[in-house]
Amino acid sequence: MSDSDEPQQKTVIGIAFGNSNSSIAFTGPDGKAEVIANEEGDRQIPSVLSYVGDEEYHGAQAKSHLVRNPRNTIAFFRDYLGKSFAAVDPTNAHSSAHPIQHDTGVAFSVQEKTDEDPATLTVSEVTTRHIKRLSDSAADFLGKPIDGCVITVPTDFSESQRKLLSEASKGCGLTVLQIIHEPVAALLAYAAREETSHPGDKTVLVVDVGGTRTDAAVIAARGGMYTLLATQHDYELGGRQFDEVLVDHFSKEFMKKHKTDPRENERSLAKLRLECENTKKTLSLSTSSQISIESLADGFDFHSSVNRLRYELLSKKLVDQVVGLVESVVKKADMDLMDINEVILAGGTSHTPKVATRIQQLFPSTTVVQSPATSTTAINPAELCARGAAIQASLIAEFEAEDIEQSTHPAVTVTPHLTKSLGVVIASPTGTNDKAEDKVYVFLESETAVPARRTATFIGTREGGDVLIRIVEVRKESVDVTPTKEEKAKINGVNEDDEDDDEDFDEDDEDEKVFKRVTEVERVIAEAELKDVKKGAKVEVMLNVAGDLTLTVTARVVGGQGGVRGTVPGLTL
Amino acid sequence: MEKKISKPNDERRKKNPLPVQSNQPANCIIAMNVVATTHTLPALEAEWSHDDAFHIVEQLSKPIHRNLEPVGPHYLAHARRKRHHRTFSEDDRIVAAQQAKNVEDADSGEISEPEDPLLLSRDPKDWKNQDHYAVLGLSKYRWKATDEQIKKAHRKKVLKHHPDKKAAAGGIDDDNFFKCIQKAMEILTDPVKRRQYDSVDEFADVEPPSRKAKGNIYKLWNPVFDSEGRFSKKKPVPRFGDDKSTKPEVEEFYNFWYNFDSWRTFEYLDEDVPDDNENRDQKRHVERKNKAARAKRKTEDTARLRKIVDDALAMDVRLQKFRKEEKLQKDAKKIAREAEEKRLAEEAKKKAEEEAKRKEEEEAALKASKADAKKAKEAAKNAAKKNKRVLRKGAEDANYFHPDGAAPPDVINNVLADVELLITKLDNEELDVVAKKLAGLKVADDIKGILVDSIHTTVSKGSAKESDYKALI
Repeated sequence: MSDSDEPQQKTVIGIAFGNSNSSIAFTGPDGKAEVIANEEGDRQIPSVLSYVGDEEYHGAQAKSHLVRNPRNTIAFFRDYLGKSFAAVDPTNAHSSAHPIQHDTGVAFSVQEKTDEDPATLTVSEVTTRHIKRLSDSAADFLGKPIDGCVITVPTDFSESQRKLLSEASKGCGLTVLQIIHEPVAALLAYAAREETSHPGDKTVLVVDVGGTRTDAAVIAARGGMYTLLATQHDYELGGRQFDEVLVDHFSKEFMKKHKTDPRENERSLAKLRLECENTKKTLSLSTSSQISIESLADGFDFHSSVNRLRYELLSKKLVDQVVGLVESVVKKADMDLMDINEVILAGGTSHTPKVATRIQQLFPSTTVVQSPATSTTAINPAELCARGAAIQASLIAEFEAEDIEQSTHPAVTVTPHLTKSLGVVIASPTGTNDKAEDKVYVFLESETAVPARRTATFIGTREGGDVLIRIVEVRKESVDVTPTKEEKAKINGVNEDDEDDDEDFDEDDEDEKVFKRVTEVERVIAEAELKDVKKGAKVEVMLNVAGDLTLTVTARVVGGQGGVRGTVPGLTL
Repeated sequence: MEKKISKPNDERRKKNPLPVQSNQPANCIIAMNVVATTHTLPALEAEWSHDDAFHIVEQLSKPIHRNLEPVGPHYLAHARRKRHHRTFSEDDRIVAAQQAKNVEDADSGEISEPEDPLLLSRDPKDWKNQDHYAVLGLSKYRWKATDEQIKKAHRKKVLKHHPDKKAAAGGIDDDNFFKCIQKAMEILTDPVKRRQYDSVDEFADVEPPSRKAKGNIYKLWNPVFDSEGRFSKKKPVPRFGDDKSTKPEVEEFYNFWYNFDSWRTFEYLDEDVPDDNENRDQKRHVERKNKAARAKRKTEDTARLRKIVDDALAMDVRLQKFRKEEKLQKDAKKIAREAEEKRLAEEAKKKAEEEAKRKEEEEAALKASKADAKKAKEAAKNAAKKNKRVLRKGAEDANYFHPDGAAPPDVINNVLADVELLITKLDNEELDVVAKKLAGLKVADDIKGILVDSIHTTVSKGSAKESDYKALI
């Protein structure tokens, strides 16, 4: 029969292996990535393993054992992978199984079987078991055995950590096709959604506010190729800190009523923390949330509610830290905030509306902030990494291991990038040569990996005749375009009804200057002349920069004959 | 900076939309991206001062080396170019050529059957008698056609026979065959309807060979059972196999087919049931009739299948072969067993014989040794007699140790009594030793000395007392 002869399509999945939560995704036949729910229906599967009796629990079930059986429950182990005991920060594991020293680095000691001595599980072993459970869930969902996966890791994962992760995965029979960076996966998840097969150039900031840490990365996306320009990490900022704010708030409330501090009892604290996490999640969706815990401490039940405003006030400091991290990473990338075209918020804590709105405020209104609070079309930030990984997995599913190895080899990945944007001088649309106008149409943004090629068509000239094509390197400038008093009055004139507020507005506005980023000619590289272009005819210009920075310019009139072609020799590197 | 990416005009038909070719896989980037801007280029104001139309001013700034993230379709395209040292246009050309080949491969091959003019002029209302697979050009696949194949075949047929297309080509507005295609698609893409149609799809049946048919039975029967197997609820269906099939395989095959569980239904052949608004009794009557007809057909089908299996069983030479082999095996076993028995009997016999022989020999040896012992005893006895005589003779020769003349009778008596006593006290060997010492001795004192010595030794052994001897001591 014909169908059995055809090569079986490989089943590959993407795994986002997080410190607090993991998720799995696969790419359907229509090319859309979908996140898979595990047997319990969770798309965010807590990276927790718990041993009760002779049973191993995983995911949400294991997480609930943090209250009842914390010493045999392993959580927050991802970041311990491949690190020495001295190098790890055990704070997060305070309320779960404690990390202990082991020959290979870090391990946990848990009562795995009832009638045996406590077993020592290394982080690698725990990782293997965790990935096995994830892979089993995916296999159950898809009804097919899983052939391979792509796993996402933070940008600061070292080579040895990647290797250990790969081995741990192999330990449960799952081949790791590739290990990719989380922010890049998040970017890929959005890029795959765009319909065009020719993505434009943009500079993207990915902010990943996770459960225990926050990472920010500036990525240059140039024609669908991604380059990390800068990364910044905060290991003490994440969902747990936001939970802690609520824990403190409710503890104080409880103490007022019952004179006992639930934070002093480990079990009460675990209960409260678990409920506060849920409350926090609810507050991302609605403006107020209830919390009710039976027998929180000393046998007292606890019922209370909190509204979003209160929560935002309480967590202001943490949001400030996120904003600070964003600012510092852009600075580290040697860029201006206005150079960022798009901000992608990833990680579960990005659901918090305040985080999104504060970041939105930081950037000009033209910058898109992809998060549920600021954009209706945003993808669930917690699922981004898994989706991106699934897309990458589907792309390389049919590749041989050697092909992947070769394609990801530094010989291929390390590429020269342009340091200056490259463009063509354009005529001023108004003819006034205003300062706040673009002087150059940018073909190739700075940080574009070469070889690269871009083509654009222009409307020849207004009058017809000879056309000058001047290829230049571009400098970007911020121009103050703050409206003058008269203009402002014009705008404010509309709101004459609320005169009381007017004054405040004015005061605010005076401090706030409006800037615009415009392109300016920095250096002329080459000039070309195109003769006798008819009025309204279109001119097509193609710039091609080779790997050795040889620039080839081709210009022609669309539909016409002949054209100009010239080459600027590259540098002897 | 304003950019506008040109989008192809989305023309959609309201009725019977033409199927659009599925999207290109994301990792294939073929056409060059041209950004259409609304910018104008500056006019050349001053006179062009250079000889050439292209004038180089400076080189590009020095690049910086950075690590690309090895992720995404565009990176993979980059990696492909870099690894194979291709330029953009070369890569575009190669990828495009490959893609064209893939599309061609997908199109040709499977679904390209010549269209029967009779089929083209079919009346779509008569869809019950229509060969749906032939309409879509899948007659060589039939029930084996995959959903993917059906989809592809449908797309291809529609592209060819769409009424709009025919109208555009200047033909008459005839959409009959298009309706046939749509009906075939409707039935073949609905799993329930497809099963109903497959149930009565005679074209897919393979006629079983007659009982008298000659030739390779495997060639004759395998296609029959392969085709019948499509109705099985249980999968996989065992194949008829070939002459290398083992006995359990063949047995399993017949077991399976005698307990065949078929999903075949005959609803497709139902008579049309009148609408509700017509006579209700009439409707029920037709329904009953249909039900009965289905049941009847099902029974017939079961009987037919049974006959096929019976025929196959009757013709199956393998069964005879197996029986023969079994008999041979049995016989071989029997022969082996008999041989074994014979061998054992022989062995037992041999053993018994050996045993008897051994016994005999033993007995003979015993007898011989007994005889020897008797002779020795006799000899010893004789020797003892002789020795005793020697002793007595010695005493006589020494004149009974009387100094002169004839010894008086009491002396003789005493001496002889002592000698007799000594003889009784000595055993045969001692007697022999003493006799040998005495042999040849004539002197009375020597003889007496020897005798006295031997008396002393007997006394010292404690077998006699000195007082017993009267004459010699």
